[in-house]
Order: sequence, then C-alpha cells, then structure tokens
Amino acid sequence: MKNSRGTMTKVSRDNLGTIIMLAVVFAAVSAARAAGLVNSHIDGLLVPICVYAIMAVSLNLVVGILGELSIGHAGFMCIGAFASAFFSKLTAESMGAFPRFLIAILIGGAVAGFFGFLIGIPVLRLNGDYLAIVTLAFGEIIKNLINVFYVGRDSRGLHFSIEGQMALGLEPDGEMIINGAQGITGTPFDSTFTVGFILLMISVIVVLNLTNSREGRAIMSIRDNRIAAGSVGIPVTRYKMLAFTISAVIAGFAGALYAHNLASLIATPARFGYNMSILFLVFVVLGGIGSTRGAIIAAVVLTLIPELLRFLSNYRMLIYSIILIVMMIVNWNPTSRAWIRRHITGRFRRGTGAGEEG
Amino acid sequence: MMMKKMMSAALAAALAVGMLSVPAMADGTFKIGAIGPLTGGAANYGLGVVNGAQIAVDEINEAGGIAGAQIEYKYEDDELDSEKSVNAYNTLKDWDMQILVGSTTSGCSIAVSEKTKADNMFQLTPSGSAQDCTKYDNVFRVCFSDPNQGKASAVYIGDHQLAEKVGIIYDSSGVYSSGIEMTFEAEAANQGFEIAVKEAFTADSNTDFSSQLQKCKDAGVDLIFLPIYYTQAGTILTQAAMMGVEATFFGCDGLDGMLDMDNFNKELAEGVMLLTPFVADAEDEKTQSFVGKYQEAYGVTPNQFAADSYDAIYTIKAAIEDAGATPDMSVSDLCEAIKASMLKIEMEGLTGTITWTADGEPTKDPKAMVIRDGVYTAAE
Amino acid sequence: MVSFFSNLINGLSLGSIYAIIAIGYTMVYGIAKMLNFAHGDIIMIGAYIAFSVITSLGLPTGLGILAAILGCMVLGICIEKIAYRPLRGAGSSLAVLITAIGVSYFLQNTALLIFGSNPKMFTPIIPFKYMTVKIGEFSFQTISAISIVVGIILVILLQTFINRTKWGQGMLACAQDRGAASLMGISVNGTISLTFAIGSAMAGIAGVLLCSAYPTLSPYTGAMPGIKAFVAAVFGGIGSIPGAMVGGLLLGVIEILSKSYISSQLSDAIVFAVLIVVLLVKPTGLMGKKIQEKV
Repeated sequence: MKNSRGTMTKVSRDNLGTIIMLAVVFAAVSAARAAGLVNSHIDGLLVPICVYAIMAVSLNLVVGILGELSIGHAGFMCIGAFASAFFSKLTAESMGAFPRFLIAILIGGAVAGFFGFLIGIPVLRLNGDYLAIVTLAFGEIIKNLINVFYVGRDSRGLHFSIEGQMALGLEPDGEMIINGAQGITGTPFDSTFTVGFILLMISVIVVLNLTNSREGRAIMSIRDNRIAAGSVGIPVTRYKMLAFTISAVIAGFAGALYAHNLASLIATPARFGYNMSILFLVFVVLGGIGSTRGAIIAAVVLTLIPELLRFLSNYRMLIYSIILIVMMIVNWNPTSRAWIRRHITGRFRRGTGAGEEG
Repeated sequence: MMMKKMMSAALAAALAVGMLSVPAMADGTFKIGAIGPLTGGAANYGLGVVNGAQIAVDEINEAGGIAGAQIEYKYEDDELDSEKSVNAYNTLKDWDMQILVGSTTSGCSIAVSEKTKADNMFQLTPSGSAQDCTKYDNVFRVCFSDPNQGKASAVYIGDHQLAEKVGIIYDSSGVYSSGIEMTFEAEAANQGFEIAVKEAFTADSNTDFSSQLQKCKDAGVDLIFLPIYYTQAGTILTQAAMMGVEATFFGCDGLDGMLDMDNFNKELAEGVMLLTPFVADAEDEKTQSFVGKYQEAYGVTPNQFAADSYDAIYTIKAAIEDAGATPDMSVSDLCEAIKASMLKIEMEGLTGTITWTADGEPTKDPKAMVIRDGVYTAAE
Repeated sequence: MVSFFSNLINGLSLGSIYAIIAIGYTMVYGIAKMLNFAHGDIIMIGAYIAFSVITSLGLPTGLGILAAILGCMVLGICIEKIAYRPLRGAGSSLAVLITAIGVSYFLQNTALLIFGSNPKMFTPIIPFKYMTVKIGEFSFQTISAISIVVGIILVILLQTFINRTKWGQGMLACAQDRGAASLMGISVNGTISLTFAIGSAMAGIAGVLLCSAYPTLSPYTGAMPGIKAFVAAVFGGIGSIPGAMVGGLLLGVIEILSKSYISSQLSDAIVFAVLIVVLLVKPTGLMGKKIQEKV
C-alpha cells in the first residue's frame, strides 16, 4: 500500500482504513456470534450481506472507477452462481467440502470473467447510455438462456438440451442437474460468513490495489476524459477490458457464494434480472460513486433496511421506496450536501478515497 | 463522505437493534408462522396463503383452540425470492415459531426446507408443488405436486377423448408451469392424442400471446392445455376470442380464480375446463362459509392458495390433536409427533378429502370442472 | 403465407403499443436527459385511473381517458418536482436514475396497497364486437390500428410543437445547453416541468391503449412494457421522436416473428441480441444523431 517513493500517501492511508474497518466489523460480529448475541434473522443475513458487498465492490470498479454504466451486472453473478453450483452438484459425492467449494468459487469467477471478456469486446466500443443498454441486454439474454438450459446425468454421462427434460432421454435413475426454469436444487451449503468475508476482503484488496497502480491511474484517466487519455497513448480499449473482466470475475465470486448459501437456485427476473442489476447500481451511487468503502456500506445498509422493516408488514416495501428516494435526495442534493458538510462533517478531516469525486 | 459517516452510525445502530436476541419462552400457545410473496408480481399468491391461514386460525381460536391451546399466528414476506424466504424463516424462528405453513412457492419452499430440516421443524407447504419441495421427511404439502397434475391432466384428456391434437401454452420461466408441462408431455406419449404445438412465454414477455395462439390456430388443435396461473388467462382468452381460436381450453388448479377477477368478461371463459381440487363457487356449506368470511375480511374472493393454506391450518390442528401434542414440547419433538400423526389422519378440507403418505404427498381427488354460463359445473 | 401476414399484423399490433410508450420515454430523455425508469409505472397508474372511472364509477369511456391523461400529467409534474428536481444540480445523471427506480417501487407498492394484488380486467375502449376488423382472410385488432394512428398523430403534433412553438424551442434549447438556455431567459425548471407533463400525459394515453389491447391490469403491468419500450426508444435512437415510433413497431415485429419462427422460449434473448447488433452497427440507434465528441 505504498507508492513508489516509499511513503504512505493519503490515498493509501484511506485504503488501509477501509481494510481495517472491514476487519474490525468482522471481528466484532464474529465475537457477538460466538457469545450468542446474534439472533437467527441477522445471522442468516451475514452471507447475503457479503454477497451484496462483493457485488457493490465489483460494480464500483466499472461504474465508479472505469466510469461506464453497467445495468447487467446481475448477469455475471448469475453465470458465476450457475457455473459453481453446477460443479458442486457434479462433484457433491466425489469430493470433500473444502476443496470442492474452493474450486467451485474459482470456476464461478473464471466462467463469469470469461463471459465478461467476451461481452466486453463488443460492449466497450460503445459509450454512455448506449453501453448501459447493451449491458442490460446481455444480462437479460443470460437469464433467458439459463432458463431453457437442461443438463442431466446418468450412467452414460452428461446430457445437454435446450428443448426440455424429455429431450435429454435420461435413464430412469438419471439425475437432473440443471432443470430449465426450475434451476439447480440441492447445492451443498458451503458458504459461511468467514468465507464470505475472505472473498470480500480479496475483492477489496484487488480493487484498491488496482486503482493505486499504473493501470488504475490509466483506467481513471479514461473515466475523466477518454479522448484525452487516448491522445496521450493510453490503450483505452485494453484498459477498459481489463477493468470490466476483473469486475466480472469478482461478480462470479459473489455468485458462487450466493449459490452455495441456498438450496434452490433459480434465474428469476427479480433475482438475476435488471431489477437486481439496478439494486447493485443503487449501492454504488448511494455509496458515492468511486468509493469502494461507500459502496460496501451502502450495500450493507440497503440489505438490512428492508429486513429491519419487517415489522411494518404490508407497508414494508412502500416505506423502503420512500427511504430510498429520501436518502438519494439528501445524499446528492447540492444544498443538503453543503448543509451536512457545514453542520455535521465540517469539523472532521475531509478524507477522500481514490476516485471519490466520480 | 459525510453521508458515509452517517450511514456507518445508522448501520451500527441497526445492527445493535437487530442483534438483541430474545430468549425462548414456552407458553400455552402454538406458534404457527406462514411465508409467501406479499409484494411483487406474485403477491396475489402469497396474500392468498397468509389470509387463508388467518381465517382458519381465527375460527379455531374462537372455537377454543387446538386441544385448549390458542394459536398465535404471524406471517412474513419473501418477495418470491429464495434468499428472502430464508430471511423470513429466520425472522419467524426468532419469534419462536413452532410450525411453518409455507413457503407459498416451490423455489422458496425448497430453500426453506433445508433450514426446517436442520432445525427439525414441521413444515407444511400449502402450495409448493415442485417435486423437491417434500424431499425431506419433515415436509408435507396440501396441494397436488406438479408431476401429479401434469399426469392427471393428460390421463383425463386421453380417457375422455377430449382431443386428438393438443396445443400447450406454458410459462417456461415458471417452476409451476414448466413442472406440469414436463410431466404432461411425458404422459401424453401414452395417451391417444398428439401434442401438435408446444409454445412458451416467459415472465418477461407475458403481455402478448398472439404468436402462440396463431400457431395453435394454424395447427388446428382441438384443445389448448394451459398449465399456468390465472393472471395471464384473461389476456389469453381475450386474444383467442379476437383471433377466432376455437379450441377448448384446459387448465389445472392455477386457472381457478379467473372468474373472480374484477370485471372479468365471463363469456370468454365459456367451456373452459379445469382439473382442480377447489373452486370458490362450490355449493357446499364449508366452502360457502369460508368464501363468505374471506370476502368480508379482504374484499376479494379467495383463490386456491387461500383454500390450500386454510386446509393446512386445519390439518395441523388435526395432527396435533391426534398426536396429543402440547405447546410446551420442543420444536423437534412436536415435529416428530405431528409427522407420525400425518400418516394417520384423514382431512375433510375445502380441497377434498386428504390423506398423506410418508413422502409428504397428499392423496386427494381432483375434480374436473367446466365453466358453463359463468359458473363452475362438474364435468362428466 | 397467410399465417406469416397474421404474424406480421400481430407484431405491428404489439409494436404499436411499444411505440406509444416509447414516444413518452424518448421525449423525457431527449429534453430532461434522464432515463425515467418510472415511466412504465406511470402507464400502470394511468390504466388504473381509467379503470376506476370507467368500470368502478361507471362513467363514459371518454371521461375515463381524459381522467387518465390529466391524472398522469399531474402525477408526472409532482414526481419531477419532488423527486427529480432536487437532484438537478447534483452533477451525476446516475443519482436521478436511482431516484427514478425509487419512484418506480413507490408507485408499484402504492398501487398494490390501493388496488390489491388480484389482477383486474380492463374494459377495452372499443366494444367487444368491434374489436377486430376483418379484410378477406386477415383480421387485425381495431385497437392496434388506433394505436398506430394515435402514434403517428402524436409524433406529428410533438414535432410541430417542438419545432414551431416558443415552448418547444425552449425545450430544444434546454436539451442542448441548460446554462445557455437560462441565460437566454428560458425557465429551465418550467420547461422541464412541461416536458414531464407532456411525457406523462402520453403515458396516460399509452396506459389506456396498452390495457385495451392486453386487458390484464395489475400493479406490475407497466414494468415490462416500460422496459421493452425503453429498448424500442434506443433502437430508434433515443431522443428522436420519429425514431421511437419506428423502433417500437420494429421491436414488436421482431418479438412476434422470433416467437413464431425461431423459439418462443428464447424470444427475449433474440430481441435483445438484435438490439445489440443494431447498436454495434449504428451506435446511436436507427435515427439517432451522431454527436461529434470534443475534448
């Protein structure tokens, strides 16, 4: 976390702060769990929170640091989830839990990264809102394709089809692995809070190191002015691809973590459609666009709010939408920003993250 | 960044509030929880489940409870998402739930069953119809399973020689619909009719059905099988009428509810057949009383989800009474006791006379109904 | 051949509805420079208003349509004032986009609480026996003919309004450069309010037409057609009003033909794949203007 002259810069200090903050929260929550202070509701939310936080880190790399709008990021998470769950289902009996899960996570990341790379080739030629639409389109295509994908296994090996279960011609004792719209059921429960935290930490360190490196500065220069960056010899497309692919890999990790936390994995519109992609975007924007720490905090807060509002019963989602609108206005309205700066945070040091002004 | 500080503080406060775990306390009531989608596109089904159960709970409590013990009842929203369904389950567990009625939908029910299995809690899903929902021995269901419905429909169409050429329009992105379609297709091979058209729609393109209907029309099918929920049926029937499609429509329990949609043109549904265990228009006293109470409380006619969950609560009552279980038993002991009794009881419910097998499947007879002059009548 | 033409007509029917929605979408985008993700939900509210007036209150159809248009107009202006205007100086178009999502959730959940989750069957504005027109072997829906005609009229009216009136010129000025526009004495807030009023009024019309063609009305009715119409607007070149019309019709035809001749399960994927190809060939859509970028 040091720059080339060997001294801690303000940016490095801030990044270190993010990592320490995460470690402290993890230690505190783990201690509380060990002491039996955490109820099942919150306990059950810990892995999902890690999933969303990782997605926030991943999308922040594309939106906040690379400066391109993606509204199809749930598609990468979907690919990671299905690829890893597919592997775990295949090897559920033949491998131990630890190596299996490790390989499943790597497969989830690799497959999602591969698709990120493939999709990046055409997508990153476009700019602005058009790029956003194409990412949305890719997310929807991925979801649609997974819903018609059937894979079964019997003594003769694996069978694939996009026609339906019947077309597989499975033997009677055959087993469905991916069953079209019914998805994958019975993925082993390997995800734990500790694994989730480690994945989150790895993602954060990768992204923070990237932004602090030569490549990262090139990527941010593309964000700030693409044409100027190109004119000083920065290979724009290559760096865009780099950031996009890394982001997809991280989303794949999140997908693997998600898939191994639930017994039923279905590519529903609400889970892997544009709605979810936009939710991830909410994390990034509410967190301040470009600030990894902000995105993580926003992900945690926005995951907890609807859960803690459960007592409101049928009014829960209505209140949640109002809170979302109000938070956005308070956080982004120039007047309220100035007011908060003057009255609340004015006396604190103005500690900025790497690319916080986005 | 100022926002982040505020958010950090809010977060810490939220965690502190959320983490306070409440010590378990046994009192003289049975605590029953229910889970379903109460917001989002599937809210209709979840609301049916939680409201249907509420009617049954109120009736039982008014009549003196289960063997003298009152029922405490609480429900949670899962937004049709497996992860949220598990969150809902955990919330109910913190409330010391002893028995779960839910989840409403198959995917959610499967996800939650992993948790109830781990806790050995008795789970009775009113409407989780996919095969895997009852994979574990602590999970039973009230509704028919999807394979069961698909097969029964194909057999019924074959036995009654309703058609030679059949078209299918189903929701390929839905667990319920694709599950029924699959077994219907498999069983059709053994029956005397041919599947001439098999067309899908998805949750993302369920506005227009003209292309699917056009294919059925071009192929000249006599019957169109609709293993879908009634929410899309209105549009399909309207478009079919406009396009002059003359086939008979045949559906499963998901189609019930169609006639009770606000402002539904009942002429469109003339001659539609369905194989369902429950219709809200049935004449028997039990159904009438339930429908009356439901309409009074919620202003709408109950659908099959409501009927299934109403039956679920009465099933739990019957099983508890059969087992002689008491509220002070542990969750796991209660589960074992109810499980054993489930195989012995015979339920006279809204959705038929039901008995259960050890694999959690109900045995009951679907009734074939046909809509004549805007009302359900028994088909011969 | 007969069935091909039937499919083509069905595609144009669906496309005409997308087109009507897309016109409102693209207009708001072109002038206010924001993706109003709540547009689809304003359509849904419009349909509920029309339903309440026509079916619940039993008033004439014309009154229902008028109520839907006015109701949506007021709603649009309020949403803009309360939720979008405070973020105008925020310097990030993303912030407004997220707020639009919040508004979308808000409208859906409000409708859910007021009207319930059970779908309602919309009474088409055309009496049932006149709903199809038969010419020889072909038949098409009256409502789609109406939609296409209404769409063309709206395009002409809007183009005339924007190019020929002072208000319209103000809109163009705001679309080009808000700062310069306000220096020229144009009220930016007023102009954007007007844009939302017109865009939302068109959402009201779209709601009535959508539910007349496809009568199932639930709190989530507007969401998917809204997204599809957004795609249609991009197809045609977002910001271009004739482009939205063309994009909408094309999208409908592609959707129906891919369902009919390729795969009904994969039609979503095919529609989006075509969109991607179009954008790669013509990165600003079919009728969008190419803007020269400067450093």
